[in-house]
Order: sequence, then C-alpha cells, then structure tokens
Amino acid sequence: MATLGEPQAGTVVRVSGPLMEVDGVEGVAMLEILAVGPQRISAETVAIAGNRATLQAYEYTGGVKAGDAAVATGNQLTGLLGPGLLGQVFDGLMRPLSSAPLWLTPGRSTSEEDPGILARKWTFVPSAAVGEQVSPGDVLGTVPGAGSVEHRVLVPPGISGELAWLASESQVRALDPVARIGSREVSLAERWPVRSARPFRDRPAGAVPLHTGQRVLDLMYPLARGAAAAVPGGFGTGKTMLLQQIAKWSDADVIVYVGCGERGNEMADVLDGLSQLVDERTGGKLIDRTVIIANTSNMPMMAREASIYTGICVAEYYRDMGYDVVVIADSTSRWAEALREFANRNGDLPAEDGYPANLASALAAFYERAGRVTTLGGRTASVTVIGAVSPPGGDMTEPVTTDTQRFVRCLWLLDRDLAYSRHYPAVSWTGSFTRDEEAVGRWHTANGDPGWAKRRARAASLLAEADRLGDLADIIGANSLPGHERMVLLGGRLLRDGVLMQNALSANDGFCSAEKGAALLDLVLDVVDTCQKLVEDGVPATSIEQADHGPVLRAREETGPRDAAAVSSRRAEIVRGLEALR
Amino acid sequence: MTDRTTTPGAADSENLPRKAEGRISHGDVRELRGPLLVMGDVAGVGWDEFASVDVAGRERHGLVLEVDHDLVTLQVLEGTDGMAPGNIRVRFAGQPLRIPVGPGWLGRVCNGRGEPLDGGPPVTGDTTLPVSGWPLNPVHREPPQEPVLTGISVIDALTTLVRGQKLPIFSVPGLPHLALATQIAAQATSGGTAFRVVFAAMGLTHADIAYVRDRLEERSAAGELVLLLNAADDPVIERILTPRIALTVAEHLAYTEGHDVLVIMSDMTSYAEAVREVSAARREIPARRGYPGYLYSDLASLYERCGRVRGQNGSVTIVPVLTMPAGDITHPVPDLTGYITEGQIVLSAEVAARGIYPPVDALSSLSRLMRSGAGAGRTREDHLDVAAQVLAALARARQAAELAELVGAGALSETDRSYIAYRGQVESGLLNQGHDELRSLDDTLGRAWSALATLPRQELTMLSTEFLDRYLPEGSEAS
Ligand SMILES: Nc1ncnc2c1ncn2[C@@H]1O[C@H](COP(=O)(O)OP(=O)(O)OP(=O)(O)O)[C@@H](O)[C@H]1O
Ligand SMILES: [Mg+2]
Repeated sequence: MATLGEPQAGTVVRVSGPLMEVDGVEGVAMLEILAVGPQRISAETVAIAGNRATLQAYEYTGGVKAGDAAVATGNQLTGLLGPGLLGQVFDGLMRPLSSAPLWLTPGRSTSEEDPGILARKWTFVPSAAVGEQVSPGDVLGTVPGAGSVEHRVLVPPGISGELAWLASESQVRALDPVARIGSREVSLAERWPVRSARPFRDRPAGAVPLHTGQRVLDLMYPLARGAAAAVPGGFGTGKTMLLQQIAKWSDADVIVYVGCGERGNEMADVLDGLSQLVDERTGGKLIDRTVIIANTSNMPMMAREASIYTGICVAEYYRDMGYDVVVIADSTSRWAEALREFANRNGDLPAEDGYPANLASALAAFYERAGRVTTLGGRTASVTVIGAVSPPGGDMTEPVTTDTQRFVRCLWLLDRDLAYSRHYPAVSWTGSFTRDEEAVGRWHTANGDPGWAKRRARAASLLAEADRLGDLADIIGANSLPGHERMVLLGGRLLRDGVLMQNALSANDGFCSAEKGAALLDLVLDVVDTCQKLVEDGVPATSIEQADHGPVLRAREETGPRDAAAVSSRRAEIVRGLEALR
Repeated sequence: MTDRTTTPGAADSENLPRKAEGRISHGDVRELRGPLLVMGDVAGVGWDEFASVDVAGRERHGLVLEVDHDLVTLQVLEGTDGMAPGNIRVRFAGQPLRIPVGPGWLGRVCNGRGEPLDGGPPVTGDTTLPVSGWPLNPVHREPPQEPVLTGISVIDALTTLVRGQKLPIFSVPGLPHLALATQIAAQATSGGTAFRVVFAAMGLTHADIAYVRDRLEERSAAGELVLLLNAADDPVIERILTPRIALTVAEHLAYTEGHDVLVIMSDMTSYAEAVREVSAARREIPARRGYPGYLYSDLASLYERCGRVRGQNGSVTIVPVLTMPAGDITHPVPDLTGYITEGQIVLSAEVAARGIYPPVDALSSLSRLMRSGAGAGRTREDHLDVAAQVLAALARARQAAELAELVGAGALSETDRSYIAYRGQVESGLLNQGHDELRSLDDTLGRAWSALATLPRQELTMLSTEFLDRYLPEGSEAS
C-alpha cells in the first residue's frame, strides 16, 4: 500500500483537514518540514510520539491519502533573507506571490528554491578590509538598488574571526559567497528559521516615540519605538484603515505589513496605494521601504499561523542592519484562530472559548520579539509591533483581547459607537492607554516641545469632563446647564471633531506632522479658554454656541499636512471673532 | 500572465467523470451518526474526495471529512435518514467534487446540488472545475473601483456597491430582504451593462422561492440568471454545497467568459447551521454558540471568491443575505460575515415600522469600497461629501430625537428641531422608495441635497462652499 523505499520517508496514516499523522519517520525533529504526497506539500512537525509524527500542513490537503509518502527535509521553516525583499509580496511561508500564478494551487516551491529569486543578480559593494577581525553584525558590504534603505550585508550571527576573503565589487546571486571568515563562507543572502528570534546585544533604556502621523495617537496615546501596540475593535471600526495609515505615514525606516487571514482586496489595495505614494524622505515610492506578507483568509490556515513569524523575522533582519522597523499584523485574532483550529483537531484540551491553554504564552512570545535594541553590530535599532485584534461580537472580554492587553505597551481601543457615527479614527479615549506617556513626555521636553505633557493632560481632562456633562445633558437637556459647563461641552465637541477626528482619505488631513497636531490642539484649547472668559463676562452661552465654529473645525482640512504656521495664524483671527460677541 | 486559459485544473469533462461509475464499490459500513457515514477497509482514498453513495438503488452523495488508516468518514449531503448498514455501497470519485461550467448554466433552474428542476437535461460544459475553487493570488487582484448602480437611493447614495465587492444584507425574519436582494438583482448595472445573476437559495421556504422566481422572471427568460434552489425541506447538508456550486459557476462566467456576475446567497444563516450540524456530529469543540471555530475561514472561503482580476474584464460581486437570530448583530453568523465582507447593509425593524422601504438603518450600514467607487470620475464630484454629510446629520438627528423623547420637543434648541425635520425629509424623500422603482443617480443625489436644505447652512460643515453654492437648492432654509 505504501510507496516506501525513499530514505527517511514515512507513511501518512491520518488526514483531517490541515492535520496529518505520519508513521515510520525516524529521526524527525520538532518543527522539521516534511514534503507529503505526490504534490510534496509542506507540513511542519508539531508533535512526536514514538515513531509517529503529527504534522500541520501548509497547503490544502485535498487528495492526500493514507499510505502517501512523507519525506523529511531536514529543515525548519526558513526564510531566505537577502536583497529583493523590499517592494515585494510574499505568502506566509515567504514564497513570492509577485511571480506566482493567478490561482494558488498547492505544490509551489519554497522560497529557497524559487528560481526567480535565486537567479537574480545584485551588485555587491565591499566595505570591510580583508585581514580584519570581524564579528556578528559587522558590515561586510552594501547592495545598492535594493529598496529605499541601504541594504547592508552583515556578518551573520554565530560567525567571527579573521576576514580571509571578501568579494570585490561584482554581480552576485543570493547564494553566491561574498566573504570568507576563518574557514566559513558567507553568502549574499542568509537562511534563518523564522520561528527563532534573531540575537541582539541588549535593550538600551529610554524611549523615543514613533511618529505615526495620526493625531489621536501622537497627542494622546503615543507609541515608543520598539514597543508593542494592539488595536482591538469590532468589524468595521477602522483597524485596517488605521494600520494602513501607519504603514504609509509613520517615520519608520522599514515596514513589514502582514495580512494575516484578512481580505484579498485589502492586500491589493495596500500594494496599489503604497506603489503610488511618494516617500518624502527618499523621493522613491513607499512600497520600496515595505515588505508585504499576504496570507488572506481563503489561503491555507496554517500558513496564516506561520505568517506572523515570517513577518517578524524579516523585520529583525532589517533591524540588525540598524533600522527602525514596524511590523503590522492584521489580524492577530486570525492567527490565534489558526492555533485553536489545529489544537482542536489534535484533541488538545481546550481552555476558554476553545482556545488552547498556551494562547497567552504564545501571544507573549510574539509581542516580546518587539524591542528597541543595540544590535550585535552596535547600532541602535528597533522592531515595533502593531497588531489588530478582532474580538468576536466586539466582546472585549474574550481571551485573545484580554491576553493581548497584558503584553502590549499601548492599547488603541476602537469604539463601535464612534465608528458608527463616523468619528474616525474611532480610538476610544476611555478604553485606550499607553504605558510610555511619561518617557515620551521626557523625550518631547528634551526635543523642543516642553508643553507636550501638559497639553495632553488638558485634552484628556476636557474629554472626560465633556463626556460626564454630556451624559447629564442627555437627561436634563444642555440648555439647563450653567454657562461654563456648556462651554466644556462645546470644547469637547471642538476637540473631538477638530483635532481627534482625522480623515484618512484627505490629502491635507490624512497625515499630520507633530507640529501641526500640537498647533491644532493649542488652537482648540485657546478657543475654549476664550469662550470660558466670555461666559464669565456675561456673554450668553447660546450665542457662543451658535457662532460659526467652522474655521476651527475645518482647520485640519484646510491647512497642509505640515503647516503648523497656518493653523497658528488662524488662531488670532478666530479668537478675535469670538471677542466680537461681547 | 492571466489569459483565459489559466483557469486552474480545467480539464475535459469527458476524461473526468463527475460521478464515480466503474470504480470499486465499498460496503463495510462502520458507523452512521447524524449526517456522517464511516466506512472501513478503504484504501487509496484522499481527503476531501467526492463519493457516490448507493442506498438500496438510490443515489446519494458524500464528501470525505477524515481519513484514518483504513477508515474514511464521509458527510452525506442528502443526510443519512433511512440508511442502514446493510444496503449501502460507496464509490469514491478519486478526486474532490468537480462540476461542469460554462454558459450552459444561464437560464437554468437547479436544486442545491446543481441537478435540474426545470425539466431540462443535466447542465453540461466543456470543462469541469473543483467546487471549492482555489485562492486568488492577491497580487493579481485589481482593487474594485467601478460603481454599481442599483437604482435604489439608499444604496446608491450612502452605501454604494462596487463591482467585485462583497456586501451583505443583514436582516431579521419578516423584513423585506428578499425584495431588496431581488430588486438589486433586477436593476443593477455597472457602466451601463446588466449583470449575469447567480442566485443560491439555502433553506428558503417554498413561498420565498416562488417570490424570488417571480421577481426575477424577466432575467431568467433573458438567459441571464442561474437559480440554485435548496428549500427549507430539502436536505440540510446539501446547503454546504450550494454556494460553492454557485461561486464556481460564477467564477467561470466572470474570468473565462468575461461577464460581470452578481451572486446572491440567501440565507447564510441556514448555511452556517448546516456547517454547525456537521461539526456537532463530529463532536468538535465549538467556539461560540455551538458554531465551530473554523466558521470564519469557512465563510471566507466563500466570500473571498468575489473580485476583479488585473487585465481581465469579468467580475464577481457577492451579496450574501442573512437573517440575524433574534436581531442580534453579535451572533456569530453576522459577526463573522461582517469581519470578512467589505461593509454591510443593515435592515431594521424599527425603520420598517415607520413604513419605509427598503428599511435600511443607514447609520449601521457601510460600504467600505465606496471611497474608491464613488466621487469625481466615478459617480459625481459631490457624492462622497454629500453622503458623509447626510450620515453625520442623521447621527446628530438621532441624538436630538432621543433627547426630544426625554425632555419633550419644546425644550429642544432651534437647531435640534431642524435636525428632527431633516430626518423626516431624509426618510420620506430619499430613503423611501417603491419595490420596482429605479432612480437615476442624479435624482438620488438631488433628493439628498433637498433633505440637507432643511438644515441651517452653517451646520453643513462637511461640504465645501463650492459644492454648497453649486448644488444646494435655491430658496431653502440653508441658503
Ligand atoms: N480614518 C478613517 N478615515 C475615513 N474613513 C475611515 C477611517 N477609518 C475607518 N474608516 C471607514 O471605516 C471602514 C472600515 O474600516 P476598516 O476596514 O479599517 O475596519 P476594520 O476594523 O479593519 O474591520 P474588519 O475587522 O472587518 O477588518 C472603512 O472602509 C472606511 O469607510
Ligand atoms: Mg480590517
């Protein structure tokens, strides 16, 4: 019945969706990849008992039979890390999609074997000196034309000694040697098992904010480079839009965008959008600083599980070159579901909502790969992780959401009511948090904006006060409140609509510089102060409320994305207009 | 790269028998449980293989759910009622289920397994395709951006449907979701041309099926409609197959024949219940409310089959219809659907009670692709801003109405009162419409502007002065 005979070949005995059991595989290791059946679909070893291995298949297993051969490959799931990643789209196993056919049938090659990638030639420009002692992280040379950041070829982890030979400036392919250290050859590209974190020297103290270009984040819930953030929200609350905005506008060097079990049209949209947008810092296209890992919801489920590790592995590779990298994972819930699906088929005892008991530790391990580090080569660099969370039924008490909250530095909670009233980004000011506010405040103080923390505190208390009074007004009517409280309500509205709201689709408003954000918030706070003074001096609240506040609300739209000066210059005029109500 | 010959696994139907005649038959029945049939002493059968099950001379059909040594678990599409271990013979097809595809489907009425109900011969085609389809490489997708005009104001104005989108209708039992779905099917055009429509009915009552057939009579007679009908009293497990057949037919009509295809699937809740039934029979660990944890991926394997492909003409647009049990939008079926689709059209009993058809709750509804399918160069320059303003004002009007109920309309400010008047104008002038009424886009947007004109001009902060001057009706409150 079995087609044995090949060395190291076992026999499939059970197939249930992505789960397969194989008998007779001696010497197979955990996480080792096997090629199964006539299509040689890849499957990873997740359990071993005696000489029976349990595999999770990375492809559709239709047609796989009991008796089919399963051949050990000796490898773990590896990524081929080298030039040619930026600007490209890969699937969860790091196979290029850009060159794949229209329909994704099983049996495609893994990235190491992709002929297109292996055949491509790059120019290697040496920069080290032969005879030097080198150690991991040292730069051997660069590769021009591989994306919008300088591509540095480093001494890989685990190799050090005398640089015995270095290629001269020449055309090389991914697996061609470019250097010899001691007796070990170093090739242009390196293979790395995606599930293992790449080593670094240490984590330096201090926080440097990542500027996202989204006001509500930068002003209220800032994210430090190397931190992790989660964006939980029900469907349609704007997770993807927010993440895409960050991919477009944040001041990171490299973006790794992982579409993990989400929509195909969204991936096409990201690709299209980034290919058109100009990167202001380099003059190139934004896509040239981006790597897209796309494992959409209809692609094989277990490759979805692998995709976030693939993404973070690519990010660590660029981090080691000295760059600030942001990994965007949309959505981590789909990854957790893949874990659950497999655990259930494997008969593991379920914990909450069917999720396996190791869900929390798996999430922790993932988010812990974020960090601002000193690399082996001594550069300061970071991997920032931002993950969407899609709670079933919008229920924020479900396991993935609650576990994630424990391990992240920032939570940007998206509120369904805000989204339904088209307040975007629908980041809630009652449920969101950042753990780095003080450190970021110190950074701003040291970098020319000493008012940052105070401004943030005023905005937070205005929002809270306006919410409290708004609830009261809903019961007794706003007209029954005293004038100064009505001004708080007005101020809350101006703050929400004029500063926190941000239209992703607008050329002027989609991105906002730190200075313009500060200017807009200062503008609103000034207007609130003025209005308070006016009611104190006896101006009727109604006439202040009914004044035309359009110039405040439209300032974000009508001034350029970096034009803080234009916002500030409006201020005097608006305040003058209000004073005229006396 | 994406020419017409790239359809995966396309093959001669001659060489690939759809049924399994002539193959070894198996009779070692080990277990019958719910819709499941476990056969022993089977070798060489692959996962997800199709099988024909002979039950005392009558044919049923099965799909392989698990292979374990020599045991094979099948789900029987027609259910296992009346089956006894002694009189069962199973033949495996040697491959997953394939169906013939091609224009032969147009104008036909079939059951949920694709067998004719219209007295005609079985549908044939030059090629066969596996019903589960293959994932479309996202790099080859063209982001959808051409508007579909349905002639229905609330959809065209506020939740514009886009060619290649998946946009579900969330309803509750008793609301006219089938009237709306069939009106879309009858009226929709894109770039002036009508769609080929594939309608997959799952678990609909015979009365509903008769209504659908009647409403789409013309499209059927014109040979532009495919009907796949699984009625409420038809086999439940068959429903798992119905949408897959519909989508396989649609993909071929779209990407090989170059048509714009609209697939309507109703009721997805009945579909999901069939999935749950199989899962329960397999004693799988449920996620929420008894539904299996893979329901998201299962639904995605259907909904993701919509789209546009670079360099090709055709498109697949999907409008799933589902009834929310107890009107609960957090129920797994609407919830997971919402997580996959590109927006949703929500019907509300409260709006229906005010006598409005279609009873769309505009604030809960959203077309996520509208931003690329509407506006200058697509529909009209003012469209997106008008839609945003109409909705923002509706949100404010709802607050005002709630306040009015608490404190009485008399205690409202003048502005709040104008919002309440505005809402009335939106509902009667813009949203309410006849079951067969087809409105042009200009008519629809004109109605939106008339409603906005009931508000003071300074409230219209989302519209530029330029648009206000150009479109706001003369002599209105606002000017
Ligand atoms: N910042 C924004 N500006 C303008 N529109 C927005 C913004 N954020 C969200 N939207 C609107 O909300 C819609 C839904 O947003 P998005 O696709 O990001 O939701 P999501 O949370 O990712 O949902 P899902 O979980 O279903 O993927 C968008 O299509 C867009 O219409
Ligand atoms: Mg999303």
